[in-house]
Formats: sequence, structure tokens, C-alpha cells
Amino acid sequence: MAEELVLEFEVGGLDFAAVGEASGGVKRALQQVGMGASVVRRAAVCAFEVETNIVIHATRGVVRARISPERVVVEAEDEGPGIRDLELAMREGYSTAPAYIREMGFGAGMGFANMRRCSDSMEVSSEVGKGTRVRLVIEVGKP
Amino acid sequence: MTREEGGYFHSVRLDLDKCKGCTNCIKRCPVEAIRVREGKAQIMQERCIDCGECVRVCPNHAKYVVTDGLERLQDFRYRVALPAPAFYGQFRPDVPPGGVLAALLKAGFDGVFEVAVAAEAVTLAIRAYLERGMPRTARPLISSACPAVIRLMQVRFPSLLGHIIPVETPMEIAARLAKEEKAREWGVTPREIGAFFVAPCAAKVTAAKQPEGSPVSSVDGVLSMSAMYAEVLRRLPDVDLSAELHRSSGMGIGWGSAGGEGRAVGTGTVLAVDGIHNVVTVLEEVERGTLADVDFIEAQACVGGCIGGPLAVQNPFISRVRMRRLVEEYGGRAPGAGEAEVRRRFRQGFFDMVRPIAPRPVLRLDEDVTRAIRKMDRLEKTLARLPGLDCGACGSPTCRALAEDIVREKAFETDCIFQLREHLEELAERMVQLTRIVPPALSRERAPGGGGSGDPERRD
Repeated sequence: MAEELVLEFEVGGLDFAAVGEASGGVKRALQQVGMGASVVRRAAVCAFEVETNIVIHATRGVVRARISPERVVVEAEDEGPGIRDLELAMREGYSTAPAYIREMGFGAGMGFANMRRCSDSMEVSSEVGKGTRVRLVIEVGKP
Repeated sequence: MTREEGGYFHSVRLDLDKCKGCTNCIKRCPVEAIRVREGKAQIMQERCIDCGECVRVCPNHAKYVVTDGLERLQDFRYRVALPAPAFYGQFRPDVPPGGVLAALLKAGFDGVFEVAVAAEAVTLAIRAYLERGMPRTARPLISSACPAVIRLMQVRFPSLLGHIIPVETPMEIAARLAKEEKAREWGVTPREIGAFFVAPCAAKVTAAKQPEGSPVSSVDGVLSMSAMYAEVLRRLPDVDLSAELHRSSGMGIGWGSAGGEGRAVGTGTVLAVDGIHNVVTVLEEVERGTLADVDFIEAQACVGGCIGGPLAVQNPFISRVRMRRLVEEYGGRAPGAGEAEVRRRFRQGFFDMVRPIAPRPVLRLDEDVTRAIRKMDRLEKTLARLPGLDCGACGSPTCRALAEDIVREKAFETDCIFQLREHLEELAERMVQLTRIVPPALSRERAPGGGGSGDPERRD
């Protein structure tokens, strides 16, 4: 049977106090499962980035981690404004985060760049006015 | 010094007679290494990082730190005391470091070597290391000075072990330098000299008995700062307070309180964090990669740094004022450790940790990933049934920890008093139902509500 553990975390828009709960939960689970340090770190960064994206941009959403011995999949689905220009959003340093959020140290436009750096595959789909979905795969075998 | 038979040496111990089984310690342990079982605390040896947080919070003083006694001095022909910089901050303002050192000499030592001087040497070595240019992947660099932080990282932040600056700690360097210097001075071999560290904390005891960066420590014994405080205090009236024994400058003394190490190293962006729970939150940030603008992290397990150690006597806030004054007073003088000499020896590898600090993956649920995932699944499902109050009445620090203990087969779901109550309620209902069932051999008149006791005398 395929072993897959699914962890799900609800994330609220603008809930900065809760930032880190989803990624922290994913990290702890991966450590307890016995994944290597690099997998844990990459998945934790991915989860943190999708989590903060929801907090900054969306009204609400969910972060999911699918854990199997072969790979860790980090998924995020949110309800929110969606992304108008995906290509632009992927660009390093580009951010639509308002000034007050940037002042808190978030929204530096590194989110997608970090996700790409830490994952082996990245899929992003978005519908303006509806929301965004992100799927990041971290292969366990790869360094 | 060797490892304890069959496992990890720990300096934090429990006095079973004093332990009342309250749950103060389990709640504060940063690695969830304590459980209460059968009315007594139990330290999970493989997890404990000897930070001493439980020593501090135990209202019954059941947690203590094992150190060496002064009788250990008899094992050596010559003895040298290595007082931690924080030791100076324990005394009244009119007692200068020289007086403290003079009193130590009267307490049975043939010589003293200030750990503050070694801290200066380590400062200069760290600067030399940083000048080499750091690998970009290992930014920010994390100080190796606090052994409790190192052990915390081995257990909870294994992915950050590569960030640790591989320069030995002031305690270790002090022991090496002291033996060299005194052997030369006294014309004896270093082996004849016992180096005794006057320690502010439990983690340093562990670091001496079971070092991480080197296979063997040069520290031969670790004395408790509180015990030595009493020894020094007793002898102070008989010593010359102006004795010229003190060589360290503000740079080295500053290491004794939080922020001092970072100030001494003084290059790039420095982040200083103290208090083990604060250290956890900062290391979490490092792990997420959000602190790329920081070059150097000074992290100390105790609030206030070493002056806040569980073996310190003085209130850390009071001793911080004292430490600050000493740093100002001696800040102008040249370090006791010579820069050219330190650089020469740094190049020779004198300051290097000779082996990498290895992770201690004690949190994993199973050796086998597939089995561990299955256990994790069960853990999550168990957790969903628990009330989420984290009351600690089951003896585990949180509901999650209890769920983990259940999956590890070290606890039962009914250890949760709320789960037990629910079970009891179900059981009570079932009992009521059972009382209403009439065995076929009995008459129908004695059916439910008929006061059906078997006592013939009884008339309701």
C-alpha cells in the first residue's frame, strides 16, 4: 500500500501572529518521520513561503503536506485575489505586497524564488478574483 | 574524562526524594525530555540537552547539577583554577577580579588562568576565521560557545549544524593554554596539572565530560560556581585585593553576559539572543532562511547569558550591572591574549574543533521512514481525540507529546484524564444498562424498577 501521510493546516489572511504554525508543523512532522536534514529544511521553507503568501495576499487558505517515503508534496490553496500576471509574480524581487506589510519584513518578492530554489517541481495556477493553488514537490532521494 | 557506561553523560540529575511529581519541569523543557511517571519526574536521557531549565523552575529543588567536589583536586600534583568570566560578576563592586583570583589561590590552587583571557583568544580566532571568508550557504554563522545551544541544535535543528563556527570554546581553550603556560612556568609536564573550570551551568559540565568538537576535553574537573563562590567569599578577608593576578580586558570579561561575545567579535551584523526558548525561535528563523542579512549569531541558553546560569549565585540583573562596569573599567586595556600569537596558532589549527558536530535525531518516531510515517499518521489521529488543553496531568508536557508517547508505546490514551472520564461515562452507562437486564431464570415481577434486590426480608 502507498504510504502517505496528509497534514492540513488552515491559514487565515493577515493572521501574522500565526505565521510559522503550518511550516513549523510540517517541519516537526518531517523530523519525527526521520527525513534527512536537507529535505526537512527545503520542505519547511516551501511551507513557510506558501503560508506567508496566504497570510499576506489571501483571505483564507489551507496548507497541506503529503508525506511519503519518496517525496514530500507541499500544497497550498487559497481564496483571494489571485495573481494577475504569473510570470511577473515569479520574478525575483517583484511583490504586490503593500508598504505596511513590507515594513514588517514580509513581501520582499522572494517567495516564489525561494519555492523554486527549494523544490524539485513547482506548479502554480491562479484565477483572478478566486484564488491561487501552489504545488511543490521535494524528492527525498535528491540532495 | 570518559562517557558514562552505555550512554550519554548528563550533568542534570533528579533527586527522587524531593520530586513531588508536579509538572513544572515538563512544561519548560525545550526538547520535551521530561515526563512524570508514577508520581516522579523522569528525564529521557537520550533527549536531554543539559540546559538546566528544569533546575531553575523546579519548586522543590529536586533537579540538580552534578559537579566535581574539591576533593578531586587531590588527584593532581598541581592544580589550576579556570574561573568563567561570569564569576567576577558574582561579587560586590569593591571586589576586583584580582581579589577573586587571589582568593581562588588560597582555596587550594597552585595557579589561576582566566577563562576571560581564553575568551579574548577565541574572539581573535573567530575574527581570523571570519576573515577567511565564510561559505555563503552557512550564513548566518552561529557561535559554538554555549554547549546547551549546540546540543539543542543536535536534537532540534540538525540542518543548522553546518552554521556553527568550528572554533573551540573559551573553556576548552583556557584549559589548553593554562596547562601549557603553567607547565612551562613550574617546569612540570602538562599531565601533572589538573585544570578545574569554575562553571556557571550544567551544560559546561557535560561539555567537559563529553565534549562535542574534540574527542577529549582538557578540562579535568568542573566545579560549581555557587560552591566556589562560598570558598572565595570565606577567604576574601585574608587576601590582597590589589593582587596583580588579573590580565583579561573588557573584551574577554564581556563574554560572561549576554551580548558580550557579539560585541567582542564586532564584525558584520551581529544578533545576540539569550534564553533557550528565545534561541529556539531565532533558530527557527534561521532555518527558514529569513535571517540572511545577519552574519553572526551569539546564542545563549540562559537569560542574561552565563551570569544567568543555574549555578550562578547572584541575581543576573544585578550581576549584569556589575559585569557592565567591569567591561567599562577594563575595556581600555590590551587583551591578555596576544593577537599575533593567536593568529599564528589559529593557522596551526590550535583553535579548531577537530570533529564535526553530529546530529542526534532522537525525535524521530522510527528508524524506518515508512513505519515512521505510519506512526505519524496514528499520532495525528490520536491527537485529534485528545482535548488539546496541554494540562500536563497525564505526565506528558502537551497533548501532542502524549500522542507521541502513545505511538511510542510509552503511554495510554486513558492517561488523559478527560479521555478516562469519557471512558468512565460510557462504562457507567453500560453498567446501568446491565442492571436492567434480567436473567431469564428470575421472575418478571422483579424486572426493572421493581426494587429487585435479592433480599427476601426487604419490603419497599
